[in-house]
Parts: sequence; structure tokens; C-alpha cells
Amino acid sequence: MASLAAPRRRGRNPLAAEDFFAGWVFILPALIIIGGFILLPILIAAWTSLHNRNTIGNVNEFVGLDNYRHIFTANEDFRIALRNTAWFSAVVVPTQTAVGLILATLANRKIRGKTFFRTAFYFPSISSSVVISMIFLWLYQSNGLINFLLQKLGLPTPRPPWLANARGVFGLAFDAVGIGVPTWLEGPSVALVSIMMLNVWTTAGTMMVVFLAGLQDIPGDVYEAAALDGATRRRSFFDITVPLLRPVILFVVTLGLIGTFQVFDQIYVMSAGGPAKTTTTLVFLIYTEAFKSGRGLGYASALAIVLFAIIFVLFLIQRRFVGRTEER
Amino acid sequence: MAVATERLPQPQQFARTQTAERTGGVGVALQVLAYVVLIGVAILMFVPFLFSIATSLKTGQEATNLTLANMLVPQNPTTAAYQTVREANILRWFGNSTLVAAIWVIARAVFGSMAGYAFARMRFPGRDVVFLLVLSTIMVPSIVTIVPKFIILKELHLLNGYGALTVPFLTDAFGIFLMKQFFESIPSELEEAARIDGANRFRMFLQIVLPNAMPALTALAIFSFQGSWNAFLEPLIYVSNEDRFTLPLGLAYFRQANYTDWPAVMASAVITTVPIAIFYLVFQRYFVESQTSSGIKG
Repeated sequence: MASLAAPRRRGRNPLAAEDFFAGWVFILPALIIIGGFILLPILIAAWTSLHNRNTIGNVNEFVGLDNYRHIFTANEDFRIALRNTAWFSAVVVPTQTAVGLILATLANRKIRGKTFFRTAFYFPSISSSVVISMIFLWLYQSNGLINFLLQKLGLPTPRPPWLANARGVFGLAFDAVGIGVPTWLEGPSVALVSIMMLNVWTTAGTMMVVFLAGLQDIPGDVYEAAALDGATRRRSFFDITVPLLRPVILFVVTLGLIGTFQVFDQIYVMSAGGPAKTTTTLVFLIYTEAFKSGRGLGYASALAIVLFAIIFVLFLIQRRFVGRTEER
Repeated sequence: MAVATERLPQPQQFARTQTAERTGGVGVALQVLAYVVLIGVAILMFVPFLFSIATSLKTGQEATNLTLANMLVPQNPTTAAYQTVREANILRWFGNSTLVAAIWVIARAVFGSMAGYAFARMRFPGRDVVFLLVLSTIMVPSIVTIVPKFIILKELHLLNGYGALTVPFLTDAFGIFLMKQFFESIPSELEEAARIDGANRFRMFLQIVLPNAMPALTALAIFSFQGSWNAFLEPLIYVSNEDRFTLPLGLAYFRQANYTDWPAVMASAVITTVPIAIFYLVFQRYFVESQTSSGIKG
């Protein structure tokens, strides 16, 4: 974004007078849409969040910061949704980034069928999330493919089946070795983890494609020089590849964070927030509060503003950690 | 912007030197491992799709009684599921999705390139401030604006119609940014020549700039098509009239109505995926390029 505000140096521009007018004409349609459907809505969201307003709009009273107070003190749903979303993001983002990076490193070797692999791995991310969710909903059924294959391999299957299972995965793991744990150590539910796996499956390919492009920008002689200095493969990877890929990693992690904090389609189709609210994410909660006989549009707007703030803070934090060195 | 594939030879070179550098057991083992992992993951990517196609051709009875033999190959293939889906208005939803996608693609190309060109080439007061404002909206999660958009669309009497599915989406900051980056990357000599010939900005834009912007417009069109074809949350909120459903809405609705009819549900999934799969295979190169050239190079 180097060219963002750099004034172009040039002599007298005969078009200057015309551009004064034409410039605004050219940006006008875009400005109307973005102004009317993004900028104005942000103001309306902030304003609505200070009101008690129902979905139809016949109740609309100013309540000050009551909605926010309710979110942080009285409402358990917000805490549950925040925890679920945080789990989702904390597992999915690193996993899909790591899987994408590994796949890209493998595909960047001298192998046949590079294009085939790229095409195949990228395909899930262009398919509709609703379609993929329906396919996986079927795969995860008690008589679906995943259970069938596990049974054929003589492996245990979760009961109740995947998407209906509210038990925390850490809780189950501790159970297996005979230790009981308190509820707060239960971890994300089997249902939520099932949806996480679907998400990694969908996005790992996108990440791979992005990393592959990044890898191809690293000149080969860097590795040759390192090899001459006696660097091992592993050291080359961690001391050359990863640092040089930092801008790409920043990009991929940012995309991942923003995406996972807004996960909705999969939840809506596969679990509808259940069982026992263990897959209720923030966006799903906002949706139900606003449009499914919840506390209405005012409260949902307050939740949305809080989510916006969370995403923004996360963005700043990871920018500090991942993107420190390269302000390009 | 890197819409060029010309830099592709480089990595192969590097791979060659790397493997040449370390011949012997480790290199071969790694190479084998790479194939095993990549092929394994490719299978993992395909099986769900193959399984859904297979299921869509089964009877309900066969679908829920899996065996190793009928897992991916229906033993008594039938198109009954597709019949069920056809009766459920899916053609209508398909038509709606197509119409909406066409409007998104065209409008975003037109408005995005216009604004991108103005931000890249023209000088007018307020330009940089407005651009920053537009760019900053990329960061805004759509969920923040959904409730207000619902209120605005309601005031405009656009809820429950094609207006709600298109008007808020006629342009997007990302597309403008993409086009601006592209216009900055191409030389302005042609435009200067046209200027000497007395062309004004509008003619310049239409006759010289746009015909040269095809790579960026292709990327933008692909993103727009993908975005509209797959959009779910916003249409779900703005449209409750079955006749105005797009495919994702229709599918979710259909699935709730045919709860355990897995062949029918999978048939609806197949019908939705086939067009985008064909589109993808044909334009595969552009898809991957637009994905890689869009964000990082910015």
C-alpha cells in the first residue's frame, strides 16, 4: 500500500479542471452504496445499540448503555458464545495455517501434477458453505460415512453422534484416563470440534494456494547459500522460509481471525447452536437475538458493536506479534 | 499486483537445486512422503463430494445402509432424488441465483473500475480522505451492518425482493481497491496519447482503460460471482419469501423440510455445486491467480 497517499509528481495537468468534476462523478455510485450500506449503518448500529428496539420496530425507546451493561453482567449467553467463538478461532486459525503451510511446502517441491493438487485443494473453498455444511451434516450422522469407516476400522464412535454431542473433548480425554475434571476444564464440545474440522477442511486449501504464491517469491539462491553454509533442511525452513513468509502469514492469520470470528453458515445448517448451546457462536447469537424472538435489534446491535471491538483488538494484537518487522 | 504467471519457473528451479544438493536416501524419502501426503489430502478433499454424488443417486433405504460396496457406487442407481428436488422449486432458486449473480458481477465491475480509476489516476479535492474511508470499510465485519441494513432496506421497501439481494452489494471496497492497484500498475502513456487527441476522461476510460483492464476485471468478476452464489447470512435475513430465495437459502429451507431424505438433500447439493464446479474448472487458472494476487501484493 505504498502508493496510498503519495501525491504523483507531475507538471501542469490539463485535466486538472476536468478531474475536479469527473473524479467525483466516477466515484459517486460506489460512494452511495458504501456510504449508504456500510458507513451509515455503522452509525445506525451504534445508535440502535442504545435503544430497546424490537424486530418489527414498533417498540423503540432510548435505554442508554443498558444493553452493554446487560451483555457484560447479566447475560450468560454472551459469555458462552464468546468462549465457543474463541475456541473455534484458537483451534481453526493455527491449524489451517499450519496445514496450509505444510501442503504448500510439499507442493513447492519438484513434483508432478502441481496444478492438479492446487485445483483439488482449492475446490472446497469455492463451493457454497451451505452445500458443504449439508454434505458434512450427512457425513457426521450416526449412520453416515465417518462413523461407518470408523466402525470398519474397529475404532470407537462418539455417542451421541458428532453433532449431537455436547461433551467437552478435554473432559472426554480426562475421562478416558479416569480423571474427572470440573466443567470449566471440559473444553469445546465434540459438536463444535466437528464443525472446526469441517472449517479446516474447507480453508486449508486456500491457505495453501496463498502460501504457494509466497514461497514462489523467495529466490532459490537464498537456499543455496544456506546449504553451502551447511544449514539443514529444518533450519532452512525455520530460519529462511518462515521469516520470509511473514507478510503472507500475517495476511493469512488476519483473514482467518476475521473469518472464524464471524462463523455462521455452518452453525446454522449443522447444529443451530446446539446441543446445549455448545456451538452457539457470537454471530449466531446476534442472529437469534435480532431475528429469532430474542431481545431485539437494539440488543443485537450492542452485541455486534462488541464483536467489532473484539475483532479490531485481535487484529491490532496479532499485527504486533506477527507483523512487527515488515511495514511494507 | 501480480496477475502474471511468468514468475512460475523460479520455484521449480529452486526445487531442482535443492534436490540436486542433497541426493540420496533422505531426498527420495522426502519426495515419496510429499506424494503420499498430497495424494492423501487430495482424496480427503474429493471423498465428501463423491459421497454426496453417490448418495444423490441412491434410494433412501440404500443411502442409510452403508456397505463397502455401495459406499461410493450406488447398487440400484435411481434419479428419484432429483425428481423430488425438481418438484421443490429448485429451478426457481437456480434462476434467482443466476440473476442475482449477474447483477453483482456487472455492477461491481462497472462501479469498482470507475471508482478505482478515479482513485488511481484523477486528482480532485477530498480524494485521499474518501479513499481511506472506503478502504477502512474492508475491516468492518458484515454482522455489524446487518441490523441497520435490515432497517434501511425496510424503510426503502426493498425487503423480500431482488432489491434486498442486490442493491447493498452493487459495489465493495475490496473491488475498488483491487482495481485501483491494477490501474496504478499499468503505464499511462496510452491515456496521455489519447489526451493529446482531445479525449476526455469518460472516453479515455471507456475506450482505452477498460479494454486493458481485463485481467483485473476477471479477478473481480470471479470474486463477485463466488460471493453472490454463496451468500447466505444476509439473504437469510432480508428475504423470507420462498419465490425470492437464492440457492443457499432454498437448500437450507429444503433440508429442513426433507429432514432425513439424504438422497434428496444431496441431490440439491449436487445441483448447486455443478455450475460452480464447471465454472471453476474452466477458469481454474484465474481463480487461483486472483486469490493469490489480490491480497498479499497490496
